[in-house]
Amino acid sequence: MLGEGILKGLAETARNFAGSFVSKERMTTVEYPEVRLPLPEAARNFPFLVYDGNDWEKGLRCVACQICEKECPPKCIYIEKSKDKKPDYVGKPQIYPAKFDIDISVCMSCQICVEVCPFEAIKMNTEFELSTDDRFGGLLLDRKELAKSNEYYHTIHPTEATEVDARLAAEKAKVEAKAKAAAESAAAKAAAVATGASAAAATANPAVEPAYASTTKAAEIAAAPAAATAPAAPKPVAGTGTDGPAPITEAEKKAATEPAKPSEGEPKA
Amino acid sequence: MIDRLDQIFVLLKHWILGYLPASLQTPAGVILSVVCIIGLYPALFALTTVLERKGVGRIQNRLGPNRVGPFGILQPMADGIKSLTKEDIVPTSADAVVHFLAPVILVVTVFMGFAVLPMGRNMVLVDMDAGLLFYFAMGASSELSVFMAGWGSRNKYSLLGAMRAVAQMISYEVALLLSSVVIVMMTGSLSLVKIVEAQNHYSYGFPHWFIFTPWGLAGFLMYAIAGTAETNRSPFDLPEGESELVAGYHTEYSGFKFALFFLGEYVAMFSISGLGSTLFLGGWTAPLAALQWVPSWIWFFGKLFVSMCVFIWLRGTLPRLRQDQLMNFAWKFVLPMCLLNLFVAALWRFLGEGLLRWVICSGILILAYAVMGSAEMRRKHFGPRTYRYAE
Repeated sequence: MLGEGILKGLAETARNFAGSFVSKERMTTVEYPEVRLPLPEAARNFPFLVYDGNDWEKGLRCVACQICEKECPPKCIYIEKSKDKKPDYVGKPQIYPAKFDIDISVCMSCQICVEVCPFEAIKMNTEFELSTDDRFGGLLLDRKELAKSNEYYHTIHPTEATEVDARLAAEKAKVEAKAKAAAESAAAKAAAVATGASAAAATANPAVEPAYASTTKAAEIAAAPAAATAPAAPKPVAGTGTDGPAPITEAEKKAATEPAKPSEGEPKA
Repeated sequence: MIDRLDQIFVLLKHWILGYLPASLQTPAGVILSVVCIIGLYPALFALTTVLERKGVGRIQNRLGPNRVGPFGILQPMADGIKSLTKEDIVPTSADAVVHFLAPVILVVTVFMGFAVLPMGRNMVLVDMDAGLLFYFAMGASSELSVFMAGWGSRNKYSLLGAMRAVAQMISYEVALLLSSVVIVMMTGSLSLVKIVEAQNHYSYGFPHWFIFTPWGLAGFLMYAIAGTAETNRSPFDLPEGESELVAGYHTEYSGFKFALFFLGEYVAMFSISGLGSTLFLGGWTAPLAALQWVPSWIWFFGKLFVSMCVFIWLRGTLPRLRQDQLMNFAWKFVLPMCLLNLFVAALWRFLGEGLLRWVICSGILILAYAVMGSAEMRRKHFGPRTYRYAE
């Protein structure tokens, strides 16, 4: 019968109208500024820089290797290297970014910088309320605005951050073990070569201690040339992550084989 | 006391006019009524926009506007201030005069319709003998303004929207007129006051509204369909179909001129609902004899409110028609039904009192509806859509 469908439709909308007053579950929207839905863990929009510890400047993981700057498709990252060095998470002295700017009005949230970073230093943020009345300066974030603590990273991407932490810890343990072994062998060698010379033993002895600064220095001297090539790429411990390890491996390979060569294309087509 | 309340606006007007010299009383009375109409309906328009946004929101399981004022009541104020402060843009290639005149003419013609609508007992601005004719003349000239807007903008979307609007409004104008003609046939008058008086009788406590007769019900349904199309309301809102035409004929309007178009559309809805309730729902008369003590204007505006709610309900329910569906529906279904309804009304008139005319008249109408409806439905093939590409 003609018009039957219209009546059915009217009944349906009437049911919706009345139901919206009765049941809260029906409502599909939330009142945004007051009520916020939790963001999904995979949410991302613009990158930020991770730092360890309490001091953002000291704890910044970034070593200003400029891989992200080179890989960035829209070229929204600008890095200036520092003149001096500071120790990184394993204690190795590294240069750090004197300037690290991301123009989020240019950034396209492709996450390539995150995937190529060998130091787990740049990650994607979930913050989206970035409106500003200054469309040039307000959208150009410097390293202080970009720096976010590792705890913050854990709150926005817990799974990913735990994996990253495990990977970094394993890397650190490995480096330490290697340094220890190298120092021990160096000490043994020194002891073997200059048995009577107490002066040689005096220089080698403090290197046996596992204190960071001296150990790594000794390790650097003693280790194979492969280990000496900077930057040292962290090896992924286990492939448990959903999206983390695969690109990192790729980047790590690249960093290990051709560390200084600027890339000619994007790592992923 | 009750009578006093019923006539409160009339008495108020006379009281104010009493302070004026006799020679000024007639023009001042007219101006006073006009000012009331021009002030009242935009206020109702403001309330209706918020009602519509909240109603449609509820239909879609949303809350609707609730930020400005308690429950979002002051939302129209914010909208009005926004549209007043917006820049008024006239495209360089547009015909400036026509572009300016179009919204003015729309609002003027739409308000003219209220001149003959009785909004309560003794509450009519002009009791014209040919009131219905005047109303339709004014309603038809709003098409002119729509076409002026589309043509004067010199924009393809505006022009396409205006073409659609004119095609649609002229098609449904015919059905609108023919569905109202049955009332004129039965009452023998074009005066809207007399039409309401003709329905102001009660038997067994129920009123003699024309909708309670077979031809009246059919006429009312046809009138409602044609009236919805005439005011470009959903599901007949093709002229401003935003998915294909940006905003139709008012694409090139911004700021207050756009607000005038918006106002014109809603006031046209009020006026078409007002005429519909005057013709078929007894105008200002009470729905039950026992409720006659309630002031007449409350009934008129109550009926207006109910029909607004139906408009909003329809808008929340139905998807937009396609142009060919719209035209087919107008010329192949609504128009034949209206013509048949004229015949049925004549039959009703000459069959005399009794049960027989009820049976015959409703039989004819239901049969025609079933036959034509099934014919309409048979041509519809529901299933996967097939595409034919150009060779």
